[in-house]
Amino acid sequence: MNLRSIAARKASNLVATALMGTATVLVLLPLVIIFYHIIKMGVSSVNPAFFTNIPQPPGEAGGGMANGIAGSAIMIGMASLLGLPVGIFGAVYLTEYGNGKLATAIRFCADVLSGIPSIITGMVAYSMLVVPLKGFSALAGSFALSLIMVPIVLRTTEEQLKMVPATLREASLALGVPLWRTSIKVTLRSAMTGVITGVLLAIARVAGETAPLLFTALGNHFWSKKLTEPMAALPLQIFNFAISPYEDWHRLAWAGALVLVVLMFGLSLAARWVGRSKHS
Amino acid sequence: MNTTTTKKYGDRIYRAITLIFALSILVILLIMTAEMVSESLPSLRKFGWGFVTGSDWDAVQGSFASLPYLYGSVVSSILAILLATPLSVGTALFITELAPHRVGAVTASLVELLAAIPSVIYGLWGILVMTPWLQSTVEPFLIKRLGFLPFFKGAPYGVSMLAAVFILMIMIVPIITSITKEVLMAVPSSQKEAAIALGATRWEMIRMSVLPYGRSGILGAVILGLGRAIGETMAVTMVIGNTPQISLSLLSPAYTMPSVIANEFAEATTKLHSAALMEIGLILLVVTLFINFLARMLLWSVTRKWKGDVA
Repeated sequence: MNLRSIAARKASNLVATALMGTATVLVLLPLVIIFYHIIKMGVSSVNPAFFTNIPQPPGEAGGGMANGIAGSAIMIGMASLLGLPVGIFGAVYLTEYGNGKLATAIRFCADVLSGIPSIITGMVAYSMLVVPLKGFSALAGSFALSLIMVPIVLRTTEEQLKMVPATLREASLALGVPLWRTSIKVTLRSAMTGVITGVLLAIARVAGETAPLLFTALGNHFWSKKLTEPMAALPLQIFNFAISPYEDWHRLAWAGALVLVVLMFGLSLAARWVGRSKHS
Repeated sequence: MNTTTTKKYGDRIYRAITLIFALSILVILLIMTAEMVSESLPSLRKFGWGFVTGSDWDAVQGSFASLPYLYGSVVSSILAILLATPLSVGTALFITELAPHRVGAVTASLVELLAAIPSVIYGLWGILVMTPWLQSTVEPFLIKRLGFLPFFKGAPYGVSMLAAVFILMIMIVPIITSITKEVLMAVPSSQKEAAIALGATRWEMIRMSVLPYGRSGILGAVILGLGRAIGETMAVTMVIGNTPQISLSLLSPAYTMPSVIANEFAEATTKLHSAALMEIGLILLVVTLFINFLARMLLWSVTRKWKGDVA
């Protein structure tokens, strides 16, 4: 260590402390500003009509995003049906049987996969479903979302399953219960709250995804009657209305953003609450 | 006898099913790559290397080259990373080393909140609040004071490379911060205690014990942030101005790879046009695969080494 005076060392300590504090303030500042705007601009347009009406042409009052909210719910639901079992039971393989190179490769690929831009997932879903089915559809949108869910759910579930004490499993196995029943009835069940937490977080993540829906679900100004038709989604509507030149649509976009943010924070609060109640 | 055989079958079936689900990760990755390659073949064949060196993008004439998009992606991401890294590391240090436990925990969950905001909402805020502010306040100021530099020449449009850099910075800071925080928390406390016991100030302790230990992990976090920035689509598309040009000035509108895909893919009418967009997607895929591979290698090696130390 170089021998500098105590005063100089204390001064550099002070400067560094101040810089770290400043950095933190600068990082959190946008959060405050963005929230301020979402609430200020959004609150006035979130009313019953917002949840019951479909968008109106610009200039006509009383439009809402009911079809987008419903479309998002439907597509997230279908994506969950496909993606959650794959993610959860894939994680079971990694914890029950996965000690070798293959398991490491799967873990690594899951991490890498979750870093791939979601717009590429959309392109892949386009060429796998939109082209053969000859049209944009809710099905293709759900498929794209489920591809995004799988690696997230797999990794969070695996973390939760690893925390189940080995003694619990061993006790069950020692009683002669087959491994598959032990896995379902003991391991998965005791990790249940953690798994639900992971599932809720994955749902919150895909609820805001826009890019993979651009050329799969495409969006729809009206109600969709079939899953093979283009379908509206809340984030898609926010995007389309935000880039439009109309005041009315901007207002709807802010209201949609407020609803989406409240929904996502509701989900992550629920996830935390579920996760916490386990320990108490 | 009978029960043991059914037990065996049950376990075998269970193992097979879970294995298939686990393998689906590899299958997804392979199919994605295969689809992207096969769909971009017409463009790969027709344009060859010219695709990444030329800048002529004309759907009517059927000639496609992508340099302006590559340029826009690279410049916006790198500038965003340069701005975001010191802020993120500073905040992560604040959370782990400086703040009282409760303050640190609250700051950390606020950062997580920032990371959870969907990209389209950043874009909404960016296009309706940030770019008007840039146009009316920040850009005229930059032109007046720094207009002699080539980076700040031109008229204040609001939608610009600068807007993309800002929005990307705001978006990747929480990601880099939360991973850096994880890395820093894995630094063994004996290391820090040793420095403190030798009479180091808190900053000296951070500089001599924490940062050297966390170096490769922090690098991993930054590279992961870079991957996010390059692949970021919605928010950038909404604020960058979507003009395929290569300009030194940060005030002029630009275009990125994900943005051109987002804007043109659904309306691409000719086979060649969609193949060209697919090729841009393929480049994006290869780049982000490489970046994520590198980042995960760094992060995995770090956290594993430490877990080994503790055990």
